[in-house]
Amino acid sequence: MSNQETSNDGELTLLAVGTKKGLWLGTSDDRVSYTFTGPHFLMQEIPSIGIDTRGGRTRIMVGLRSEHWGPTVAHSDDFGATWQEPEHGAITFPADTGAALERVWQIQPDGADRPGVVWAGCEPISVWKSVDGGEHFELNRGLWDHPHRSEWGAGFGGAAAHTVLPSPADPDTIHIAMSTGGVYRSLDGGASWEPRNKGIGATFLPEETPEFGQCVHKVARDANHPEVLFAQNHGGVYRSGDSGDSWDYIARGLPADFGFTVMTHPRRSDTAWVIPIKADAERIPPDGQLAVHRTDDGGHSWTRLEEGLVQPEFNVVLRDAAAVDSAEPVGVYFGTRGGSVYASADEGNHFFEVLSHLPDVLCVRAAAIEL
Amino acid sequence: MANEVTVLVPQLLRPLVGGSGELRLDVGDGASVGELLDVISAQFPVFGRRLRDETGTLRRHVNIYLDGDEVRRLDGLQTHVAAGRELMVIQSVAGG
Repeated sequence: MSNQETSNDGELTLLAVGTKKGLWLGTSDDRVSYTFTGPHFLMQEIPSIGIDTRGGRTRIMVGLRSEHWGPTVAHSDDFGATWQEPEHGAITFPADTGAALERVWQIQPDGADRPGVVWAGCEPISVWKSVDGGEHFELNRGLWDHPHRSEWGAGFGGAAAHTVLPSPADPDTIHIAMSTGGVYRSLDGGASWEPRNKGIGATFLPEETPEFGQCVHKVARDANHPEVLFAQNHGGVYRSGDSGDSWDYIARGLPADFGFTVMTHPRRSDTAWVIPIKADAERIPPDGQLAVHRTDDGGHSWTRLEEGLVQPEFNVVLRDAAAVDSAEPVGVYFGTRGGSVYASADEGNHFFEVLSHLPDVLCVRAAAIEL
Repeated sequence: MANEVTVLVPQLLRPLVGGSGELRLDVGDGASVGELLDVISAQFPVFGRRLRDETGTLRRHVNIYLDGDEVRRLDGLQTHVAAGRELMVIQSVAGG
């Protein structure tokens, strides 16, 4: 996959859907008709998926967790026909930490110019880096030993670093987000981390705009301007134009400012998608009407996108249960906790249901694969 | 065999130990449950990780019975296992 790719000729779209009870893998050569395999890993939850198309091969990496047998990471280089799991585990806490891996929340391949580098975000709150394509990860000590650690909390889903955003601009800049703790940034390749939450609210804390402690649910980076970031917070959608030094509230015009996910366009600046949820007294799509909202102007205005979505819908879309591809026009994909998976081949203007009645959808990833 | 302990492997995990439902370990004068798991994990590391996390703690929903007694009710992973006895690995009730 290339983020610069704009032609769909000779491309295959890979759609990966991780659920609470297994993984489904779909392929399509027209983004209309999909062929799925699965469930892979039946009865294991799949909270994280990374699709790495660098280096001339397509590697699917999945974070797995069994209620009985614990968490692990596996990868496949043949579209799920076979899976490999490192004997001693891809992610295991060093003995001196006294910690044990609970869940892999994020698997994020780095940029095309950093082949082999893959990041992971995990529970307990930790960030990991692999330089061998996701087969073995090393704990980031700068974050693990961070003086704020004792003050970070746990959201309902657990205490995790759920977002890792390496910057295409330079290898030393990395943003992460954790629940709860908020956004942190490193400017030295992960050696040190500083909170970057100025302007982001924390309505569940006595001090509503603390330095850190926010429950930022997801952050996405602008494709053309790496210093531009979009955040879906536990209350509030925000945009930063200065690499997180400050954040502006951009949720005006949305039916609700709560939600879990945010996505950005792979090529066009200031285009982003969110899926609003009413909160906190309710935790459903507003009025039971599921809708995606897209901004094309950095959050000044939003377009409601709901064509093809089955209504009413009372299930939410979780933070990693949505993704975009890199085709032209961009495809938008998401799944609900009710097991519906929707796809759009036109930036969200028209959706159709590609899978239904699955277990809770936890993670969706899509990629355009050059044939 | 006089000095052996039998470890019964649940069906779901048998692919991780070469397909066998039963492992036999020579324990000499006996060994702790943890020591037996160390021996098994050295040969079948993925199987070992399914039973214990990286701190060596038995996973919450994994139970090991020594001749019918759950080892957490005995001496945990320090429970002594004499030759001729049987360990059963079984998943507890979990999930939904």
